[in-house]
Amino acid sequence: MTPERILQVEEVTLAFGGTTVLDRVEFDVRAGEIRAIIGPNGAGKTSMLNCISGFYRPQQGRLLFEGGHELTGASRVAQLGIARTFQNIGLYTHLSALENLMAARHIHMRQNMLDSALYWGRARAEEVRHRAVVEELIDFLEIAHIRKSVVGALPYGLRKRVELGRALALEPKLLLLDEPMAGMNTEEKEDMARFILDIHARRGATIVLVEHDMTLVMDIADRIVVLDFGTKIADGSPDEVRRDPEVIRAYLGEAD
Amino acid sequence: MAVLRPAGDFDRSYKQDMALLRRPWHYWLLGVSLLAAFTVPLWGNAYVIATVNQVAYTIIVVQGLNVLTGYTGQISLSQAAFMLVGGYASALIVTHAGLSFFIALPLAALVAGGVGLLFGLTSLRVKGFYLVFATLAAQFIIPWMSRHTFKAYLGGSNGAIEAPVPRLGGLYFGEASNFVYISLIVLVITTVLLYNISRTRLGRAFVSVRDNDLAAELLGVNLFTYKLRAFFIAALLAGVAGALKAHSQRGVGTEFGYGLNESIIYLGMLVIGGLGTNLGPFLGVAFIILLEDLSDLLGGVLAAALPELSGQLLTSFRPIFFGIALILFLIYEPRGLAHRWQLLKAGWRLRPFSR
Repeated sequence: MTPERILQVEEVTLAFGGTTVLDRVEFDVRAGEIRAIIGPNGAGKTSMLNCISGFYRPQQGRLLFEGGHELTGASRVAQLGIARTFQNIGLYTHLSALENLMAARHIHMRQNMLDSALYWGRARAEEVRHRAVVEELIDFLEIAHIRKSVVGALPYGLRKRVELGRALALEPKLLLLDEPMAGMNTEEKEDMARFILDIHARRGATIVLVEHDMTLVMDIADRIVVLDFGTKIADGSPDEVRRDPEVIRAYLGEAD
Repeated sequence: MAVLRPAGDFDRSYKQDMALLRRPWHYWLLGVSLLAAFTVPLWGNAYVIATVNQVAYTIIVVQGLNVLTGYTGQISLSQAAFMLVGGYASALIVTHAGLSFFIALPLAALVAGGVGLLFGLTSLRVKGFYLVFATLAAQFIIPWMSRHTFKAYLGGSNGAIEAPVPRLGGLYFGEASNFVYISLIVLVITTVLLYNISRTRLGRAFVSVRDNDLAAELLGVNLFTYKLRAFFIAALLAGVAGALKAHSQRGVGTEFGYGLNESIIYLGMLVIGGLGTNLGPFLGVAFIILLEDLSDLLGGVLAAALPELSGQLLTSFRPIFFGIALILFLIYEPRGLAHRWQLLKAGWRLRPFSR
């Protein structure tokens, strides 16, 4: 039995002006796996993620989510069940960690404008209900001590963790992580890797991960896509990718 | 900055944690301040009562602007024009439909909100600098229309129509000392509603549009409709304030202001008070109105000392004071008086370890 494919990337080509950023890239993501996209600087990893989350619209090719839904705009991806984090952190800087996570419950809440303004009754009951969901996540990510701190003032590693929490608060089927460990020290990286593995194991989320750190990716990913200058040069398990001569050439350069 | 609480102050439920008034002394403080505000007609002189009334409706219009500019991050320079719409709507409804002011007030708010939506639809397709200019359109079109269209109803070149005195049963709100009760009650209502908005789904959606619109869109917040909602609420509250101002001045029209100048002053009040805080409109409006009165006083004194310059001195002191205050705040306290208040509170709680 082949596992269900949650995302299919079909011959995606993306160009800005004359520069081709992605050239007929094709891969799939199976439900419940950790799928990594790696590659040297400028390989098109983040562009690929931007295509999946609907910020960029590829000139050619399609992205199919759960078989049928074509991913075309950023406004619909949340409803479909896709959440992401950003390379440079995209938190709401003036809100507290708690409010950031609550803000991600937006699409799960039913209260309208009037309910919000009147508060007592419907809105309060709903806020309490969602607060419980969010508090569970706060516990899970070990950020209880900063739940009421304004995120703009938090250190980098914690902000990354809050952002991960915000993406999880959406209860996504597919979680896109854009360099979750960029700029961290070894200890912070290991913490983050542990959280990612925990999310995968306990919440059964499908994760697509863009990352620079090869050793870490090799450790946690089930399957890896390697991009170089916008084209796919390898696709397979960590062991296969590690031995692939194309990958070695892209990362280490060619011996004369 | 984490929330600092004294030792032993715990919450036992999320409901309790989310409450605005958490400790007994919160209730006491609120009760005392409400009592102080509502007894103003009993102990204040005519000047104090009129000022309180003016402060109350000005806070409401700035609260509206706070939703749009402070929370949602969309700058608007047309708040005074929507006040004019509210004032006219209320005056016309009372005069021509014969409805009570207390029914006309919410209707006028809805009319102003509707007009706000109309202008928001066209304005909100652009961002930032361009938005400022798009909103200027409303600030020029609406006052112009009030002078040049439907002259029989809107007063034409008189620039004003009469706004009847509100009555309720045997009560007559013709004097500032009576009218101030209406303004204060409406202010209490809008304040409660806005506090609620800022701590629930709607408020978080507004702030997420301001802080990171890309992320907000990705998390399922429809940018355009939420900006539009903010525009609607801003115009709605401007309409409420406009109706209050019109009936307390017993007239409405361009003769009573409602120009670009006022719109800019409202924005200045919000900046000085603190953008995106519920306390900001209160502090900013009170500060500027007191400053204006102070500048009138100083201008009067200087005019008496230098009689040959008295004409210029009396007219120029208000804008000079306002300009200086705004510049000083932008340089030294860009987050406004509300932020200064937060720092003060935190410092007091950390005493003696602050500094």
